[in-house]
Amino acid sequence: MNLRRRYLRDRIMVAFVYLGTLVVLLPLGFILVHVFLSGVGALNWDFFTKPPAPPGEPGGGMLPAIVGTFVIDLMALAMGGALGLGGGVLMAEYPEHPLNRPLRLVANVLGGVPAILMGLFAFVVVVLPMGGFSAFSGSVALAVLMIPIIMRATEEVLRMLPWELREAGLALGLPRWRVTLSLVLPAAKGGIVTGLLLALARAAGEAAPLLFTAFGNSFLSFDPLGPMDSLPLKIYVYAISPYEDWIRQAWGAALLLVLLLMVTNYLARRAVRR
Amino acid sequence: MKARLYGKLGDALFTALLVALALGVLGVAGLLAWELWVGGAPAFRAFGFWGFTLSSEWNAVSERFGAWPFLIGTVVTSAAALILAFFPSLAAAIVVAEYAPRRLGEVVAYLIDLLAALPSVVYGLWGIFVLVPLVRDHVEQPLFLWSAEHAPALMGLLGPPTGIGMFSAVLVLALMILPYASSLARDAIRLVPREQREAMYALGATRWEVVRRVVLPYARGGIFAGVVLALARAIGETMAVTMLIGNSGQLPYSVFGPAATMASVIANEFTEAEGELHLASLLAVGFLLLLLSLAVNLIADFILRRMSVGEGRK
Amino acid sequence: MEALRMETENLTVYYGKHAGVRGVSLPVYDRTITALIGPSGCGKTTFLRALNRMHDLNPVVRVEGRVRLDDEDIYAPGVDPVVIRRKVGMVFQRPTPFPTMSIFENVVAGLRLVGVRDRDRLREVAERSLRQAALWDEVKDRLNEPAVGLSGGQQQRISIARALAVEPEVLLMDEPTSALDPISTQAIEDLLVDLKEQVTIVIVTHNMQQAARVSDRTAFFLDGEMIEFGPTEQLFTNPTDPRTEAYITGRFG
Repeated sequence: MNLRRRYLRDRIMVAFVYLGTLVVLLPLGFILVHVFLSGVGALNWDFFTKPPAPPGEPGGGMLPAIVGTFVIDLMALAMGGALGLGGGVLMAEYPEHPLNRPLRLVANVLGGVPAILMGLFAFVVVVLPMGGFSAFSGSVALAVLMIPIIMRATEEVLRMLPWELREAGLALGLPRWRVTLSLVLPAAKGGIVTGLLLALARAAGEAAPLLFTAFGNSFLSFDPLGPMDSLPLKIYVYAISPYEDWIRQAWGAALLLVLLLMVTNYLARRAVRR
Repeated sequence: MKARLYGKLGDALFTALLVALALGVLGVAGLLAWELWVGGAPAFRAFGFWGFTLSSEWNAVSERFGAWPFLIGTVVTSAAALILAFFPSLAAAIVVAEYAPRRLGEVVAYLIDLLAALPSVVYGLWGIFVLVPLVRDHVEQPLFLWSAEHAPALMGLLGPPTGIGMFSAVLVLALMILPYASSLARDAIRLVPREQREAMYALGATRWEVVRRVVLPYARGGIFAGVVLALARAIGETMAVTMLIGNSGQLPYSVFGPAATMASVIANEFTEAEGELHLASLLAVGFLLLLLSLAVNLIADFILRRMSVGEGRK
Repeated sequence: MEALRMETENLTVYYGKHAGVRGVSLPVYDRTITALIGPSGCGKTTFLRALNRMHDLNPVVRVEGRVRLDDEDIYAPGVDPVVIRRKVGMVFQRPTPFPTMSIFENVVAGLRLVGVRDRDRLREVAERSLRQAALWDEVKDRLNEPAVGLSGGQQQRISIARALAVEPEVLLMDEPTSALDPISTQAIEDLLVDLKEQVTIVIVTHNMQQAARVSDRTAFFLDGEMIEFGPTEQLFTNPTDPRTEAYITGRFG
């Protein structure tokens, strides 16, 4: 019997798949450790409180980029959240609505559009008409990125709720909109928040859509109609710069960004559990 | 009467709001494609659609633009990254979904998701300062020196051993799509019903035989669709590639040498573009990139539909 | 008296800390049909799956006691579950054709495992097994079509043919007709009676009439324990335990 040969193959494949897993995970280990070791030294008081020093001079910090990240991403979340939630609720709660077919198509298609094209889009429809780079245009680009994620997450969560929940509400004489707002959405709150946070995390790591929209700004700015900085953008600019201190700060910014994303992802996981 | 008004008017307003938001979504998507097309139109008009797509000259000074080098750069780097990533990602998916004890599987799955969430710029940063020197000193230079001595004909094919170039870009790209492809394959494998596995075990199969003859065939639709989606991801990947590929407007002629992808040329040149035609050409490249990613996504959809078995379709 | 084919001795199966089956000792006689009956959750399926070491696949399940197949303890150290499952086949509650394989490939899947490549041999075995499963006439002209195109009853008979193709000594069946319509059920019951000429069958069934119709001996399970075991006719007409009587007269379950 060739049982021994079959077992040999079985063992070899065990070795192979675990080896493959190692190939996937080892780089993660390297990258995380490296980001941590190289970045932790850059995180000091100045890093969080000062604007960047002029090119070539040591010192300075990331304050504009940190503030900008939050401003741009939260504006994007407001816009993308509204559109994505609206589309998702329509798809899940009004399954008979004629807009659902094109919406579903768009949810699929938009999710596959490269992020940089969102930047081009925002450049053409916001930056050009407004005559200059702005935080708002960056938010538009990121909002488009978020829409399909939020829409699909919302639809999925709502669909998981039993249809009887709606029927129970309707049987009480509640109109459909009250059923949606007071019964369905509260019941799906955790899952919806998870979708929003995952979309936020996804967008917050993107630099490509911001290159020619938010553009970057070395000074602290709260003006949504002017250029603004962002951590991913700053990491890119500093990484390809020739200045040692900037490169050091790029690692610090990378560490900060990774930590922020991990926290966001953690919160997203927690939200769904409740 | 009042209650009726409350119900009817409320319903009307609420649906109107939802429809307005939904139309917003549709409008954004339509506008995105439309604006890229309109923005790129001057370039298509100047060189013709196929003239622009298939020409390999990209010169801002002489104002001659063609997307062919970037199209080739995109396809070659993405395909190469996918080939590198395919087996490890499938292996990791098999470990998580089939082999590992539950706790270990959860930990590995979590780490893979974490890997997928790392931003592109961080991969790029790591690539520039860790991977590039490594590749330069331990792969490219030894190979280059060896070929200089033993096979000078190869030197042109290898290209300059600077570390920056296609080779490094492909490596980072492969690392970036690994977790994505793996998590999609994992989802597909998890959809395989337990009865299918048990039926094969009951015939006296070893664990690998169950995976090879039952699990993988059953999940093939999801696995291949995932692979194609990972390819789409690689095609659109911008920052890390831009930071590592060397950004050359010429057709990539060597393994180590610089090249550019559609996404990287846009990222690299857009803010510096001077002249209407240069800008329009970059938008036209964007439009082609949109077409390419849509096509690849449609293929993924098609595969999922055609190759899936049973209720395996999502 | 028939020869003993399989035997369990004080078999206990734990799910974590909970014992789903407790101290069951059951003889299985050669070329007979043994039915296991009892209400849902009584442990009969759990017991059945211990007979070909299917529980090995689930790390939280632990099996204690002895299961002997031809006087060999299948849980003894050094005994390979892969070999055991080849001798003790299994048919599941729902039909499980492999959807990516043709009818033919489904039936010979077990032979492919051990590396049989000879086309003629494979065809021969496929025909024999399909005939045994009373399916040959229905599918002989479309052996290369996908097995999932067949009806539920045909799919279940494919599963049976596939299990028979490796020539097991014992065939375990876990409610094989519970997902089927009455006509398919009838076909499979007829088949079982023919099959016992060649193979020993242990069948779990939720359906007492089915047990009464096809089996030679019946074991009644309740709450993880085997309450009563005996010739089918006796168990159904003259049960010794009041709980058995309560069950077969339909007072619970």
